[in-house]
Amino acid sequence: MGNVVLIILLGLAAVAGLIGAARGHDALFQAHAWVIVAVSLAAIVVLLQRLDRPRTAEAAEGYADGVVRYGVLATVFWGVVGFLVGLVIALQLAFPDLNLGYSFTSFGRLRPLHTSAVIFAFGGNALIATSFYVVQRTCRVRLALGGLHWFVFWGYQLFIVLAATGYVMGVTQSREYAEPEWYVDIWLTLVWVAYLLVFLFTLFKRKEPHIYVANWFYLAFIVTVAMLHLVNNLAVPVSFLGSKSYSAFSGVQDALTQWWYGHNAVGFFLTAGFLGMMYYFVPKQADRPVFSYRLSIIHFWALIFLYIWAGPHHLHYTALPDWAQTLGMVFSIMLWMPSWGGMINGLMTLSGAWDKLRTDPVLRMMVVAVAFYGMSTFEGPMMSIKAVNGLSHYTDWTIGHVHSGALGWVGMISFGAVYFLVPKLWNRSGLYSLRLVSWHVWLATIGIVIYAAAMWVSGITQGLMWREYDPNGFLVYSFAETVSAMHPFYIIRAFGGLVYISGAFLMVYNVWRTIKGSPETRDVAAGAVAPQAA
Amino acid sequence: MSKREVDDFSGVETTGHEWDGIRELDNPMPRWWLWTFLACIVWAFGYMVFYPAWPLLNEATPGVLGYSSRGELHQEIADVKASRAGLIARIENLPLEEIRRDDDLRQFATNGGRAAFAVNCIQCHGSGAAGSAGSHNLNDDDWIWGGNLEAIETTLLHGVRHAADDESRYSEMPAFGRDGILEKPEIKAVTQHVLSLAGQPHEAEQAEAGREIYAENCAACHGETGKGDREQGAPNLSDSIWLYAGSADEIERQINVPRHGVMPAWGGRLDTVTIKQLTIYVHSLGGGE
Repeated sequence: MGNVVLIILLGLAAVAGLIGAARGHDALFQAHAWVIVAVSLAAIVVLLQRLDRPRTAEAAEGYADGVVRYGVLATVFWGVVGFLVGLVIALQLAFPDLNLGYSFTSFGRLRPLHTSAVIFAFGGNALIATSFYVVQRTCRVRLALGGLHWFVFWGYQLFIVLAATGYVMGVTQSREYAEPEWYVDIWLTLVWVAYLLVFLFTLFKRKEPHIYVANWFYLAFIVTVAMLHLVNNLAVPVSFLGSKSYSAFSGVQDALTQWWYGHNAVGFFLTAGFLGMMYYFVPKQADRPVFSYRLSIIHFWALIFLYIWAGPHHLHYTALPDWAQTLGMVFSIMLWMPSWGGMINGLMTLSGAWDKLRTDPVLRMMVVAVAFYGMSTFEGPMMSIKAVNGLSHYTDWTIGHVHSGALGWVGMISFGAVYFLVPKLWNRSGLYSLRLVSWHVWLATIGIVIYAAAMWVSGITQGLMWREYDPNGFLVYSFAETVSAMHPFYIIRAFGGLVYISGAFLMVYNVWRTIKGSPETRDVAAGAVAPQAA
Repeated sequence: MSKREVDDFSGVETTGHEWDGIRELDNPMPRWWLWTFLACIVWAFGYMVFYPAWPLLNEATPGVLGYSSRGELHQEIADVKASRAGLIARIENLPLEEIRRDDDLRQFATNGGRAAFAVNCIQCHGSGAAGSAGSHNLNDDDWIWGGNLEAIETTLLHGVRHAADDESRYSEMPAFGRDGILEKPEIKAVTQHVLSLAGQPHEAEQAEAGREIYAENCAACHGETGKGDREQGAPNLSDSIWLYAGSADEIERQINVPRHGVMPAWGGRLDTVTIKQLTIYVHSLGGGE
C-alpha cells in the first residue's frame, strides 16, 4: 500500500522533472531535471519489482539496520571518491597542465566537488549512518516514523548527486561549502527536516530514562545545521525554471553570513556530529565507562554556546567591523577548552584499557583521531588570534589546518566507526584482517603528517614572503615568486594525500572481504537484537 | 532506576546510567581543564575591555585603547610615508638624469621601481623582465620606442596603443596578407629577405626576389637595411631579437596579419613618483641608454 503511494509520488516527480527538462531556461537546469526524471523512473522500477514481495522480518521489527548498512557502504564509497578528487586537485596545484583545458576538469570546479564530497558525502553519510545506529542502541527502540529513514538516506544521496553534477557542469552560487543552487538547497531542506523528525521521534519513544551524551551531540548537529543551511542559502531565484539565484545578503553582511555558516559547518557538522560518534564508539571499542559525565555536560553546553560566535575570525582585517572581529577572536579562544573537553573524555575513557592499543588497531585508529582532534582544536583558536591570523590567513597553513582536522579527526574516527560497524551489521565474528587495519592506521597517520607538515612550511613561507618589505618599505616578492616557492610543497602534499588514500583502499578491500565473509568470520548466527530484549 | 556502581579499575563511582553497555564515571572535571577554561574567559573579557567589542545602538564599545584596524593601517602607512618623505620629494622634483646620478636616490628608486614592477608589470614582462611573446624583453638594448630615460618614462605614462590616451605610442603595420596588399608568393619572398637582413639562414634566391618588395612596402618604416625607426615605433629587423618569434613561419604570420600588442598607460593609475621609479628601474635592467 505504502509502495503504491510512493510510486504515484515518484511518478509525479518524474512528470515535474519532464516539465523542468522541457521548459527550463538554461541547459544546466534542464540537465538536472533529466537527472530527476532518471532517478524517479529507476526508483519506480525498483519499487514495482518489490510490490508483491513480503516484507522481511527486519523491515517490521527489530532495529532498522538496513539503512545503516547502506549508509556505511555509501560512506566508504563517497570517501574514496572525495579523496581521489582531492588528490587530483592537489596535483593540479603542483602541475597546472593537469587542468586539461576543459571547464569541467578545471581546479575551480573540482575543488568544491572535493570539499563537498568529503564533508557532506563522506562525512554526512558517516554521521547519518552512525546516528541511526547509535540512537537505536542507546534508546533501545527502532527508528521512529516507519520507513522515513529510507527517504533520508536516498534523498541525501540524490542531494549529493545533484550537487556534484552541478559543480562539474558549473552550477554554483559561489558560497563556500554551500555551492549548490536554490532548488538543491530546497531538496536538502526537505531531507534534513525528515532526518530531524526521525531522530527526534526516536528519542521521544526511547526506553532508557536518560538521553545518552552521543545523542545530545547528534541532535545539536542536526538542529544547528538545519538553521545554518536555511539562513545561509536565503536567495531569490531568477526563475523557478532556471538554475540561477541571487543571495538575500550583500557586501560584508553576506561575507559574515557565509562564514557564520562556514565556521559552524566545521563546528556542528565536523565537530559536534563526530563527537557524537566518538562518544559511542570509543567507550564501546575500549569497553570502558566514559571518563566524566560532568565534563561531558559542561563541555557540551560550552561548545554549543561558544562555537556559534566564532565565525568572524575568518574575516580578520577585512571590511568586517572591528567589534565583530574582536568577538570572533575571543570566542574562539574561549572555545579552546570546551573543544578539548571532548578530547579528554575520549582519551581518558581509555584509562584501564591502554593496553588494548597494542592489540586492537581499530581502537588505535579512534585514539589517533582524538589526538588529531585535540591538535586541530588547539591550532584553530591559535590561528584565530589576530596577530597569528595576519600571517596565516589566505595561506596554505589554513589548508593544512583543515586537513589535520578532516583527514585526522573526521576521517579516522569515521574509519574506526566503519571497522566497528561492518562485522556487527553483516553478522560476522570479526573483520577480515586486523593487520590491514593496522596498516591503514599507519598509512593514514603518516599521510596526514606529511600533508600537514608540508602545508605548515608552505603556508608560513607564503605568509612571510607576502609581508616581506625592504628597508625602504617596498615589497620584496611578486605574487608569482611566492607561487613558485610553493611548488615543492605542493608535490609533498600530494604525496601525503596519496599515502592517505592508499590506506583508504585497504579499508575498501577489508570491508568488502568482511562482508563477503569466510567460514571463520561467518559464524555469528543472531541478527540484530530486537529492542525488546534487555 | 539508576544504580550507582564503583568501577573496579579506577575506584570511581558511575552515574548509575547505562546505555547499550556504556556507563559513565562520575569523575570531576580535571582541574587544569577548568582553570584554563576560566582563564580563557577572564582573558576574553579583559580583551573586550581594551578593544572594540560590544555593538550598542549607534556604535560599538570602542575599547579603552581606542584601537581600530583602519587606524592601525593608516598609522603604518603614514609612518612609512614619513620615513620616505625626503627622498620622495627629491624624486618628484628632480629630473630623471639627476636621480640616476645620485647614489641614494637611484637605489631608493630602483627598489621602489622593482616593487611596483612586481605588482604591475610582471604579468606580461615576466618577473625577470625577460618578456614573453608580444611583450618586450626589457633586459636587452633593443628598444622599439627608445631606451633612454625620457623615452621609457613616456612609454610608461602613455602606454602603447592605449586607446584612451591621446598621447599613447601608436604604430600599426598594415595586414599585407589579409588586406590583399601583397600576394602570397610575395610575402614568402619578403620573409626570406627579412631573414637575410637579420643575418639568419635564408633562401638566397627568394630573398633577392623579396628585396624590391621590401623596398616598396617595408623600408618606409623599417628602413632600407632593416634598422627600424624609433620615431615610428618600427622594430629593428636586422638583429636576432624578435618581439614574437624569428622563425620564417612567425615572420610570415606577422606580415600576413600583424598582431598589435597593447601596453596600458600607467599615467592615470600610478603617481608620478612611482612612474619615475619604474623608469629608473627599467633603465637599470641592462639596456638603458
